[in-house]
Amino acid sequence: MRRAPLLPALVFTIVVTQIPFLLTIYYSLQSWNLVRPGSQHFVWFENYVSVFADSQFRGVALNTIIMTLGSVIIAVILGLLLALLLNRHFIGRGVVRTLLVTPFLITPVAAALLWKTTLLDPTYGLINFVLGGQTIDWVSEYPLASVMAALVWQWTPFMMLLLLAGLQSMPGDQVEAARVDGAGAWAIFTELTLPHLRRFLELGIVLGAIYLVNTFDAVYMITQGGPGTASANLPFYIYQRAFLGFDIGQSAAMGVVVVVLTIIVATFALRLVFRSFGAAGSES
Amino acid sequence: MAATIEDAPTTSAPARTEGPRRPSRVGPVLLTTLTWIVAIGFFFPVLWMVLTAFKSENAAYTDPPTLIFSPTLEQFRAVFDAGIGPYLANSLGATAISTALVLVLATPAAFALSLRPVEKTQDVLFFFISTKMLPVVAAIVPIYVVVNEIRALDNIWTLVVLYTAMNLPIAVWMMRSFFLEVPTELLEAASIDGASLGRTLREVVLPIISPGIFATALICVIFAWNEFFFAVNLTAANAGTVPVFLVGFITSEGLYWARLSAAATLAALPVVLAGWFAQNKLVQGLSFGAVK
Repeated sequence: MRRAPLLPALVFTIVVTQIPFLLTIYYSLQSWNLVRPGSQHFVWFENYVSVFADSQFRGVALNTIIMTLGSVIIAVILGLLLALLLNRHFIGRGVVRTLLVTPFLITPVAAALLWKTTLLDPTYGLINFVLGGQTIDWVSEYPLASVMAALVWQWTPFMMLLLLAGLQSMPGDQVEAARVDGAGAWAIFTELTLPHLRRFLELGIVLGAIYLVNTFDAVYMITQGGPGTASANLPFYIYQRAFLGFDIGQSAAMGVVVVVLTIIVATFALRLVFRSFGAAGSES
Repeated sequence: MAATIEDAPTTSAPARTEGPRRPSRVGPVLLTTLTWIVAIGFFFPVLWMVLTAFKSENAAYTDPPTLIFSPTLEQFRAVFDAGIGPYLANSLGATAISTALVLVLATPAAFALSLRPVEKTQDVLFFFISTKMLPVVAAIVPIYVVVNEIRALDNIWTLVVLYTAMNLPIAVWMMRSFFLEVPTELLEAASIDGASLGRTLREVVLPIISPGIFATALICVIFAWNEFFFAVNLTAANAGTVPVFLVGFITSEGLYWARLSAAATLAALPVVLAGWFAQNKLVQGLSFGAVK
């Protein structure tokens, strides 16, 4: 009886999220191209062999790692700096926080559009204007960096909010005592603030990575993965294979590979982080 | 911006006299000024988008970019003429219905995982989280095949179901953290007084967690409204949402920045407003309730 209130949510989640993955595994063992009806047949692990032999796939996997880790790390560093700036009392603090939060709220498609056109355009873009009338064609010369710029801009606010919550949970008397003992600002930061923030930093990195590894909108809007596959990540590449190449078997196999890699990284990291927050250990 | 920079040196002078307890040697006013400059810098692209939306196309394409122009509503009119209306309605429908469904499913589940914990609560919680770790792209192929099979492509209800599944784990975790804040003494007192469970929930628990329910709803609204991947792959002209409209609009009007900015502003506005209200809860939502 106690389980009754839980069941609807649990059953719904299992049906909608788990069945597709089982089907993905099933499809990944088949040769199936939607363009050729009747082509569907079992090939066992052939798709996996060609996925691993696909040098484009490896390049795209590398892009995914660079894009995810690069954006997360830059966003965490910027977010930390902003959180430190905001962790003081000053005039208009609420307004400043509201301004800083906004990029995170902008619909990703709209944000990517904004970056591609009004910010990064070689002739009329604001970035080139701020750099003193440069005419750099960012999107074609630095496609990966262009996508990452939009991602960092959107995710820095989240990191800031998270780390600000961390800073505000710091016991003030500890800092006060250290200050009375004559510790400088840098010593307080490295020996008290950073250790206290550690779990918040870890959580930020793990959550950022989970959300950003799924990046699709920014790649789709800004570069379409190009030139070639220079800025394609796995979600975009799989999308291309499935919806432009109609290769169901291949794209399913790639999906399975991505899931396995994600699970390895994420279960471990998530358990660790949520343990340290006590969120999972608090039940009786 | 220029004005605030020039203000800094004159106003920072008194800061030095504040005494030796100040940890920073830079001077708080200078730091505040810096904070403001950075904040405006981060916000500027958004401001620029909104400004561009009120420009005529000629004013949108100037080198150097201009801040002085005579504002016009012409671009917004053009966006509505291009038919953003039905897409806005679809986004609104998919967002509102999926959010309502999420709350209906998540509230009892969160209750069963907090105030009256079932066995294996931890495992269930981690199951919910783990569904968010699985990359969506790995599920899109079978979802497309199944949805196509049951003739539910370009149907708003397909998005409703998927958005509900997408937000449910976050909502369960978030609501659970709100339930855990309900003092157990209150529940015990209510049961000693002979109140039924239903009555306790309605009269004791609900008032305490209702701000939490509101925050959870806002987070779900933000994610559902902004979702693009499912929408672009599973919908077209009938059930397309605002991001889908935006993408189509770029194809047809790619060279008209002012018009695009107006469309982007309309697309982003509802969620920006919702997010400003929910900013204290954003982190809690995204961290599955781990951080208050």
